[in-house]
Amino acid sequence: MMDGSKFDDGSIDARQGEQKIRNFNINFGPQHPAAHGVLRMVLELDGEIVERADPHVGLLHRGTEKLMESRTYLQNLPYFDRLDYVAPMNQEHAWCLAIEKLCGIEVPRRASLIRVLYSEIGRILNHLLNITTQGNDVGALTPLTWGFEEREKLMVFYERACGSRLHANYFRPGGVHQDLPPELIEDIDAWTHEFPQILDDLEGLLTENRIFKQRNADIGIINEQEALDWGFSGVMVRGSGMAWDLRRSQPYECYDEFEFNIPIGKNGDCYDRYLCRMQEMRESLKIIQQACEKLRNEPGDVLARGKLTPPKRGDMKTNMEALIHHFKLYSEGFHVPEGEVYVAVEAPKGEFGVYLVSEGGNKPYRVKIKAPGYPHLQAMDYMSKGHQLADVSAIIGSLDIVFGEIDR
Amino acid sequence: MSEALNELGAHIEAKRGDSVLSYAVVNDELTVIVTPSSIVDFVEFLKTDRMCKFSTLIDITAVDYPSRGKRFEMVYHFLSMYQNHRIRVKFGVREEETVASIIDVYPASNWFEREVFDMFGILFTGHPDLRRILTDYGFRGHPLRKDFPTTGYTEVRYDEVEKRVIYEPVSLVQEYRQFDFLSPWEGAQYVLPGDEKKEEGA
Repeated sequence: MMDGSKFDDGSIDARQGEQKIRNFNINFGPQHPAAHGVLRMVLELDGEIVERADPHVGLLHRGTEKLMESRTYLQNLPYFDRLDYVAPMNQEHAWCLAIEKLCGIEVPRRASLIRVLYSEIGRILNHLLNITTQGNDVGALTPLTWGFEEREKLMVFYERACGSRLHANYFRPGGVHQDLPPELIEDIDAWTHEFPQILDDLEGLLTENRIFKQRNADIGIINEQEALDWGFSGVMVRGSGMAWDLRRSQPYECYDEFEFNIPIGKNGDCYDRYLCRMQEMRESLKIIQQACEKLRNEPGDVLARGKLTPPKRGDMKTNMEALIHHFKLYSEGFHVPEGEVYVAVEAPKGEFGVYLVSEGGNKPYRVKIKAPGYPHLQAMDYMSKGHQLADVSAIIGSLDIVFGEIDR
Repeated sequence: MSEALNELGAHIEAKRGDSVLSYAVVNDELTVIVTPSSIVDFVEFLKTDRMCKFSTLIDITAVDYPSRGKRFEMVYHFLSMYQNHRIRVKFGVREEETVASIIDVYPASNWFEREVFDMFGILFTGHPDLRRILTDYGFRGHPLRKDFPTTGYTEVRYDEVEKRVIYEPVSLVQEYRQFDFLSPWEGAQYVLPGDEKKEEGA
């Protein structure tokens, strides 16, 4: 017998024959660089194939919704910066829109333009981080360093508008906190003409890169019906071929007067979602340029003067009512009429919504934050089933998750 | 916008009269109040009906009203990417009642229902995996209930002696501050020294 079951000395291999194979469970995270934050995922593996993925979220849960119930509307605004901290102003936007809708406030035109401008800067901030870290997850280290240099410039634009690089607290109910200086608008405009070169460089590194394509193409495919069933939004549905963008289909602010295209994917895999994000940055640049042009020509107030917003500094020196108003606004805060409202914006990651229930007081009775990443991560089990372990990090990368908003 | 929503509301009421209690369009948003027992049937109708075609589940949440007999109000948001409209579906639930899970109609409801269970303690029948989701392992209580204190009951710290993270009852150096913003001229009943004499004299 020469099949190896019996050795020369007559002994036999103790482990011959049908061997018992059991699935292997591993912990992915919470401290794993490809987990994009504090994600603990229990993976059940059959060899190198993922059988089941069970994400354990909530490690960054800070009880935002509970905290908001005991704070005034204005005090609650900074919490939104801390949700998706990659693109803070887009979250603030939803909160301001919700309050404005309940109070029936018109935002001045210039404030509306500034909001669009900074929402698009936020989109580029987000996509730069996502694309480059996704590259990092699959082994491409250089894009990260190049992309973060541009993010740095954008955060300087944030800082010059509101004094803070990350936690902006800039959009306010009724407008934006301060007007932009003219030089800032020029600098942003100048940057939009330099940035396409960087995008070309990034694309040169990734788009036709053999390794990047092998790691992303045909991975994590989601078709139209699956995207709907799992409650996807944003790039996750656009990558699957649906032209759905809230900026176009349910226009808010003044998006309806801007010219831009909505890139959509064909195959719904990680690679198509990457391409969508890449193209979306170019479309955002178009919007930024148009917004800069409009801002140059349309000076004006940036806050709707009224009960929701502070009085002018000059008025406070001469007018007793203005002084009282200022004091009451920053201590008691404003009251929002009774009612409930759901407002959604097209955040870079998908539909970010705020469901606000007011009982007429100065604090919200209940706030529900609908984070786009929550349903996306939920589908992780479905998407990674049957894929290799290495693909898990590629899928997480293309889901574009940030735990600030998922755990809230 | 409102007209189209009114029309949609009327259509839904006509088709599902037995489950719809009322509908209203406020702030350009359609809200339908249904009976709790019919929720699974009703969302199935919303998903399949040609005029509704609510393809995407946006959100499931609850609101706590401790003073009401039906303490919790379940709130569902749906979006139709085909018809481009939204709907909000609501119904009241008593504290001891359970709600039917809609996971068979919308798989995405899995985590949303887990979150509602975690935050409010509402149980969902037919949910395959009703574990806590956002709170800590072994957490007790349901944080978003109005009678749950914002500070919680336990706090954690790393213990140098035991070399692990330990749980302790919350001890606050300063009482958690809840400001009463009602105007002192209208709201609070302050008793100033000397005021009691006025009462006696009267």
